[in-house]
Amino acid sequence: MRKIAMAVSLSVFIAFLVATAFLIRPFGYPPSQMDDYIIENAQSETGTNNVVTAVVFDYRGFDTLGEATILFTAVAGVTMLFRRKRRE
Amino acid sequence: MMSKIVRTMSNILILFVFVYGLYIIMHGHLTPGGGFQGGAIVASGVALLLVAFGSHNLHKSLKERHLSILESGGGLIFIGLAFGGLATIFFYNFLVGSPIFGHIPPSGPNPGDIWTGGVIPFMNLAVGLKVLAGFSAILLVMALASSRKEVEE
Amino acid sequence: MTQGIPFNVPFLAVAALIGIAFYIILSQRNLIKLVMGLSILASGVNLFLVTLGYREGGVAPIYTHAPIERMVLPVPQALTLTSIVIAVATLALMLSLIIRIYRHTGSIDSEESRTMKG
Repeated sequence: MRKIAMAVSLSVFIAFLVATAFLIRPFGYPPSQMDDYIIENAQSETGTNNVVTAVVFDYRGFDTLGEATILFTAVAGVTMLFRRKRRE
Repeated sequence: MMSKIVRTMSNILILFVFVYGLYIIMHGHLTPGGGFQGGAIVASGVALLLVAFGSHNLHKSLKERHLSILESGGGLIFIGLAFGGLATIFFYNFLVGSPIFGHIPPSGPNPGDIWTGGVIPFMNLAVGLKVLAGFSAILLVMALASSRKEVEE
Repeated sequence: MTQGIPFNVPFLAVAALIGIAFYIILSQRNLIKLVMGLSILASGVNLFLVTLGYREGGVAPIYTHAPIERMVLPVPQALTLTSIVIAVATLALMLSLIIRIYRHTGSIDSEESRTMKG
C-alpha cells in the first residue's frame, strides 16, 4: 500500500519537473535590468575589477554575514556533540 | 600513520598548498577566487596531513583551542569592518578614494592594479581565516571521534 | 506559442538530478544513503541557480584582461557561493548525528534504531 502511494506521487512529481524544463523561457535570454546596472557601475562605485566579489561583499553583504553565522553555528554544534567527560 | 615516503612528501607539500591558498585569498578582487575558495584550499591541505599522520599524532601539535581563536578573530574583524562605515550606512565601503587601497581602476578591460578595492581585501582575509579554521576544526573533531582507540573505549 | 517548444538541455539535467535524489530519499533505509541523496539534491539546486544566469555567447564577469563581449549575470553566481557553504555545514552536522545514533543504538538502519515506537 505504501509502495503504490510512493510510486504515484513520485511519477506525478517527475512529470511536473520535466514539463517545467520544457516550458520555461529559452536557455540564454534571461531578464536582466538589475544586473545591467551592476555591470556598468561596479568599477566606479566599489573600485574592484571582480564584479562577483563586489556583489558578494558590497551590494549583498548581509547574505555573507548570515552565512558566516551559519558556519560558526555548525562548528559549535559538531564540537559540542563529541565532548568527552573528564576523568578525575 | 603511513610509510616514511608519504610522511616526508606531505611535510614538504603542505607549504606549497598553504602559499597557493593564501595567493587565491589575497588576489580575490582581481581574479576569480576570494575568501571562501582560498579557505577551502588550505583546509584540503590540512586533510592531507590528517591522512598521512593519523589523527592522534596530529592532535599532539594542532589542538582545537588554537583553531577556535583564529575563527573568532576572523569573525570579529568582519563585523568590525562592517561597523566602520556606520556614518553613512551599515556595510558602507569607506576606503574608496583614501590612500590605503583606494585607487579607482579605469573603466573597461585593464590589467589589474593590486591597490584597488577599498575595504574588500580585508574582508576577504577575514572570511578566509574563518572558513580555514572552521573546516579544519570539523575535520579534526570528526576524525578523532571515530578512530580506533575511541571506539574500543 | 508561435515559436516551437525549446529543448533546453541544462534544465533537463536539473530535472534528472532532482528526480533521482527524491527517489533515493523515499526508498532507502540505510541512513548514510539517505544523506547521499540529500547531497545530490543540493547539487541539482546549485546547478539550476548557475544556469539561470547564462547569456548567449557571454564571458565571465571580470574586467582583468577581459575580451570585448557581453558578460554573464553575476548575481546568481554570488547566491550559489553561499548555498554551497551552507550545504557543507548541514552535511557535517548530519554525519555527526549519525555517528552518535550508531554509538547509542548499535545499528544504522532507520527501522531498527527507532526508540519512540507508538
